[in-house]
Amino acid sequence: MVEFFTTTNLGIFLLILGQSLLVVVPLLVALAFLLWGDRKIWAAVQLRKGPNVVGAFGLMQSFADFVKYIMKEIVIPAGADRFVFLLAPMLSFVLALTAWAVVPFNDGWVLADINVAILFVFAVSSLEVYGVIMGGWASNSKYPFLGSLRSAAQMISYEVSIGLIIIGVIISTGSMNFGDIVMAQDGAGFLSWYWLPHFPMVFLFLISALAETNRPPFDLPEAESELVAGYQVEYSSTPFLLFMIGEYVAIVLMCTLISILFFGGWLSPVEFLPDGIFWLCLKIVFFFFVFSMVKAITPRYRYDQLMRIGWKVFLPLSLAWVVLVAFFAQYGAFWGAYARWTVGG
Amino acid sequence: MSVADFAFYVFAITTVASGLFTVVSKNPVHSVLWLIAAFLGATGLFVLLGAEFLAMILMIIYVGAVAILFLFVVMMLDVDFAELKAEMAKSIPVALLIGTVLLMQLGAVLGVWQFADGAEAARAAITPAVEEIHNTAALGQILYTDYILLFQMAGLILLVAMIGAIVLTMRHRTNVKRQNVIAQMHRDPAAAMELKDVKPGQGL
Amino acid sequence: MEDLLREYLPIIIFLGLAVVLGLVFIIAAVILAVRNPDPEKLSAYECGFNAFDDARMKFDVRFYLVSILFIIFDLEIAFLFPWAVAFKDVGMVGFWSMMVFLAVLTIGFAYEWKKGALEWE
Repeated sequence: MVEFFTTTNLGIFLLILGQSLLVVVPLLVALAFLLWGDRKIWAAVQLRKGPNVVGAFGLMQSFADFVKYIMKEIVIPAGADRFVFLLAPMLSFVLALTAWAVVPFNDGWVLADINVAILFVFAVSSLEVYGVIMGGWASNSKYPFLGSLRSAAQMISYEVSIGLIIIGVIISTGSMNFGDIVMAQDGAGFLSWYWLPHFPMVFLFLISALAETNRPPFDLPEAESELVAGYQVEYSSTPFLLFMIGEYVAIVLMCTLISILFFGGWLSPVEFLPDGIFWLCLKIVFFFFVFSMVKAITPRYRYDQLMRIGWKVFLPLSLAWVVLVAFFAQYGAFWGAYARWTVGG
Repeated sequence: MSVADFAFYVFAITTVASGLFTVVSKNPVHSVLWLIAAFLGATGLFVLLGAEFLAMILMIIYVGAVAILFLFVVMMLDVDFAELKAEMAKSIPVALLIGTVLLMQLGAVLGVWQFADGAEAARAAITPAVEEIHNTAALGQILYTDYILLFQMAGLILLVAMIGAIVLTMRHRTNVKRQNVIAQMHRDPAAAMELKDVKPGQGL
Repeated sequence: MEDLLREYLPIIIFLGLAVVLGLVFIIAAVILAVRNPDPEKLSAYECGFNAFDDARMKFDVRFYLVSILFIIFDLEIAFLFPWAVAFKDVGMVGFWSMMVFLAVLTIGFAYEWKKGALEWE
């Protein structure tokens, strides 16, 4: 039986398919509750109750929404490019999910253990901009078009600083494999995680992640006060749902990236507790909470300010940080904290 | 046929077919989308060759950056399709001629193509096995030291590109209000406002 | 080599799974939901006005400039990745050669800044 799954082609295929389902299904179910949590947190900040009708505490709200989305009519505007119009939400959904194929959940628990895992995630997240551009263009309507242009410029601006911040972490680790990056942070509990040596970059990464995923306060592409809903204006029913899921999956992915790159992934913060997937989930939920709180308490940025922060603040800072980390690593400053391969991590 | 062979044919056919559609699509935006599909097919081919790093870079640079630029350019053009087609009918004979000549040249080159003696060995000598060291690190070990001159030249080319882009596209619009953040942050009440004591019944 | 490709197989299968899932969502709505189009419903949303020209208009050349600058910085990052991975092996020469590369690009960045290319108006 075991041989069937490890030697024959069909067996291997089925095994991987099973493993993929094991990632996708819990992810989407968790997403339903995270969405509910997002709305609850937002409501709590504004002294509202939030969803509280469907199921206990409204826990089933997202599932009810899901059914409702499926029962709605797909409206395709008359002037739209039908194929691209439907391709766009598919693309943003598929790309957001695909990045999860290389994310490790525990020591060795990873679908595709490739050497260039970070590059893959970086590449896939740089493709996510296409969903937005294509959606906006295909709708053939002014608000979506303007929204998608804005969004494209915004996403590519912040990608530069995300890339540079990742470089700093890679210099410290000497590998682009997520497993290696997490294991390099193993040692004296939470003090040996990268948040300490790479301290300022944690905030830069968090903020860039907000901008990259079009979350408030950087949700300019869908600023309802000026662009109604940006590139999503003409979308309804499941195409809209796919955009929505794609967006939230990308947000959770960013939370996971922060946990893995700076907060030790599945490592336990104190040495007397065992490592495990539990810690990763806890960290992801924590950062999702941070994302929600940011959404609830910050006002939206103006577009010129957004671009100014991206190009004139984040880019120089992260570039300078790469140089600084390189010097620290080269000359072994801070007892090798920046060059983990020297201390045998 | 192994899975890798099968994957090769899938990616190769995707690449060629997408390339073809890039040329024959009527709508320029569709052309760019097909071009992206061709890039993705090429990414798959690179992975099959074991060139993981190049595959990812192809995806990041070409699909994630260059194709976005293409899309911007194509979307920015105000293309009149009817006029474009009339224009095309005029230049088809010339295009066909150039195409045929190019095809013949390619055929001539391919016909006499042969490897020099020991070319394979020379290539293998500087390529470490994939099992020993993965190719990002292998690339890193030689790019910045053995090929330092080329690397620095690449840097200079990027600098020229940056300056060129600015020179060509920068248009400073007049009569727009710009925000000067530094000035804004260093304003204080003493410098920015003045208190006037206005007597009742009198203007300023 | 085989091992390397074996690691990429899950990505392809995962991709296929995601595509199937997305298609299922869209097809489910096509089958289950009513379809009752009328001209008003299908017209582009423009806050109650009728759209008066094509939505795909010309836009500011600035977007174009941003994407060129992005390509350049993306290439810079692409050069940094192998360097960061091979950091411990490249030695002093590799280290300083990258510093010179970054310095050259920083000059370009300073030029951009001075010229006001980074300002959005």
